[in-house]
Amino acid sequence: MAYTEEELKKELENKEYEYGFYTDIESDTFPVGLNEEIVIAISKKKEEPAWMTEWRLEAFKAWKQMEEPDWANITYKKPDFQAISYYSAPNSKPKYDSLDEVDPELLDTFKKLGISLDEQKKLAGVAVDIVMDSVSVATTFKKTLAEKGIIFCSISEAIKEHPELVRKYIGTVVPQKDNFYAALNSAVFSDGSFCYIPKGVRCPMELSTYFRINQAGTGQFERTLVIADEGSYVSYLEGCTAPSRDENQLHAAVVELIALDDAEIKYSTVQNWFPGDKEGKGGVFNFVTKRGICHKNSKISWTQVETGSAVTWKYPSCILKGDNSIGEFYSIAVTNNYQQADTGTKMVHIGKNTRSTIISKGISAGKSQNSYRGLVQVNSRAENARNFSQCDSLLMGNECGAHTFPYIEAKNKSAQIEHEATTSKIGEDQIFYCNQRGIDTEKAIALIVNGFSKEVLNKLPMEFAVEAQKLLEISLEGSVG
Amino acid sequence: MLKISNLHAGIENNEILKGINLEVKAGEVHAIMGPNGSGKSTLASVIAGKEEYEVTEGSVVLDGEDLEDAAPEERAHKGIFLSFQYPVEIPGVSVTNFMKTAINEGRKARGLEDMPAKDMLKLIREKAELLEIDRKFLSRSLNEGFSGGEKKRNEIFQMAMLEPKLAILDETDSGLDIDALRIVANGVNKLKSKDNAVIVITHYQRLLDYIVPDFVHVLHQGKIVKSGTKELAHELEDKGYDWIKQETAI
Ligand SMILES: Nc1ncnc2c1ncn2[C@@H]1O[C@H](COP(=O)(O)OP(=O)(O)OP(=O)(O)O)[C@@H](O)[C@H]1O
Ligand SMILES: [Mg+2]
Repeated sequence: MAYTEEELKKELENKEYEYGFYTDIESDTFPVGLNEEIVIAISKKKEEPAWMTEWRLEAFKAWKQMEEPDWANITYKKPDFQAISYYSAPNSKPKYDSLDEVDPELLDTFKKLGISLDEQKKLAGVAVDIVMDSVSVATTFKKTLAEKGIIFCSISEAIKEHPELVRKYIGTVVPQKDNFYAALNSAVFSDGSFCYIPKGVRCPMELSTYFRINQAGTGQFERTLVIADEGSYVSYLEGCTAPSRDENQLHAAVVELIALDDAEIKYSTVQNWFPGDKEGKGGVFNFVTKRGICHKNSKISWTQVETGSAVTWKYPSCILKGDNSIGEFYSIAVTNNYQQADTGTKMVHIGKNTRSTIISKGISAGKSQNSYRGLVQVNSRAENARNFSQCDSLLMGNECGAHTFPYIEAKNKSAQIEHEATTSKIGEDQIFYCNQRGIDTEKAIALIVNGFSKEVLNKLPMEFAVEAQKLLEISLEGSVG
Repeated sequence: MLKISNLHAGIENNEILKGINLEVKAGEVHAIMGPNGSGKSTLASVIAGKEEYEVTEGSVVLDGEDLEDAAPEERAHKGIFLSFQYPVEIPGVSVTNFMKTAINEGRKARGLEDMPAKDMLKLIREKAELLEIDRKFLSRSLNEGFSGGEKKRNEIFQMAMLEPKLAILDETDSGLDIDALRIVANGVNKLKSKDNAVIVITHYQRLLDYIVPDFVHVLHQGKIVKSGTKELAHELEDKGYDWIKQETAI
């Protein structure tokens, strides 16, 4: 994992949240508040078919009956859902044949984010579907993908162009009523990504989506649907950055993965939403529902590096429905200053000989709270299910907290479930040892943290691993000493 | 090269070093001996700049420069190396990666570019050979699960990689078997030159048969109470410390 130290140094010099800028693009924003009319208006704005509008309304009805959950180990001021605007799109042409047509200011934003197309081209084999404030702005490499029959587009486009696929699968893994945030998302989702890999096709490149929140006071409700048909393979990358804002911004995404027989989906996330400042002011509320279903002999791997957001509530899960299916969860969650994260996974073993692996690395610094919450559930008919879980926590300083809440429900005697947990502290002796070898404290922490996170970093695609490593270093900057 | 004058240092009102005077010239080997708890490791840590210890009086001067304000990493960049009595573990960080980082940080401090990977590999190979270290060993996590002897040998491997001006070896011999002791001592001797210096902290004469000191000092209750030549080490081996303790009590 090579990265130049000059780059790193530059990043470290910039102590404030580096993506804290704001693009001034005229936006088409709805008035604040949520009711049936708004739901219908969103659907209309997006020129959706009637079944989609109906589906949204059902979700909205359910949501009205639901209450915001409070079982997680996080405390925050509950958002006022009537004070949020539920739709915002860059007020420019929705489609471009080439990037030359895109608003230069927007392109500039991408450059600041380090995802200029120039760079993307260098990272050969990466197709980028950039979602900015809810509407897909640019999609590249589409043609190459099309040749293989791969569909990779915005979910809005998919609803129009491939309604049969969307209708068949949307809400099958995360039902509208699944939970409060999922219901809200189902009612008002503005955009997101859609991906379909046909039978037996190995997607030749990493599919990558960059999300970002742009408008102050605009909630973000992304919806992602990935379908890997029988015997296919896809690796999907999701990266997030957000500009800094004083008021808290809500993000409630839903991601559904469907791995049909013998298929494999790798889903990697680097999450870097604005975490709030050093006093704990501002920052994104990130309430995400991510779940995948595995059919026979299929495999889903979730890998996540979570360094951002003021509050994170996120449990990427796998339903191991098919026999011999495999679910994996590799996670690094970093919290600093006043950040709070309650994250983990759920592995539901339904099929026979199903296997799951959970590796969770929590790093807490400052006054932050970092919780791992995991459920391993083995149903009565899941013969020979196996799970291995490992939860490691690394603490920096005395004011932060690390917590683990592992739940196990095994209804089949043949289940083999192993759980290991460790908690360690970055010791002054470790730092002095590094110092003595000429490595300064900042670099020493980076080294120790990277070592601690190695098992998970190794699971990320190369370019992502480098970015993730830098993010870890930046987010722990100034946390010891 | 190194001049320590009237050094007092301690931790929270507990004075551990009570007026140390020591001068080490280029090309010399000094041995420091002394009973448990006399302050040998503390002296080594203070020279290396461990901030936990407060220097209340006196000075540590390297090549005419007072080190008072120098951070530990700056001292390392100036050529001070400490082979730890108890090397710490850093899980997930390989010996190779650790050394690569250390070397490049040192180069950066001197305004140099990173060492090209090819040269780095060559250097690692050469030094691993010198200390008869299996290269597989170098991809293991630093000190994690290393045996006592392996840790010590790895410290000297790091010393060989960094080629310090002043090396302080804190009980590097303890935990080494007879063969390993010879290999490590040979390594140290190969790295010796007229331009660098070594301070060897040890309890045993045995190491000093290999790394022959020009001077031997006895540290007792935070003070150097006796200095002599290598014969002093033999005398201590025979008689223990009681006679010195008695001498100084007077
Ligand atoms: N961090 C510390 N906190 C409290 N006391 C300390 C600390 N470091 C050293 N001391 C005390 O200072 C004294 C000298 O310790 P030091 O480790 O320097 O001894 P030493 O000569 O190296 O002993 P040994 O031969 O056992 O290695 C001891 O009494 C020790 O308990
Ligand atoms: Mg000691």
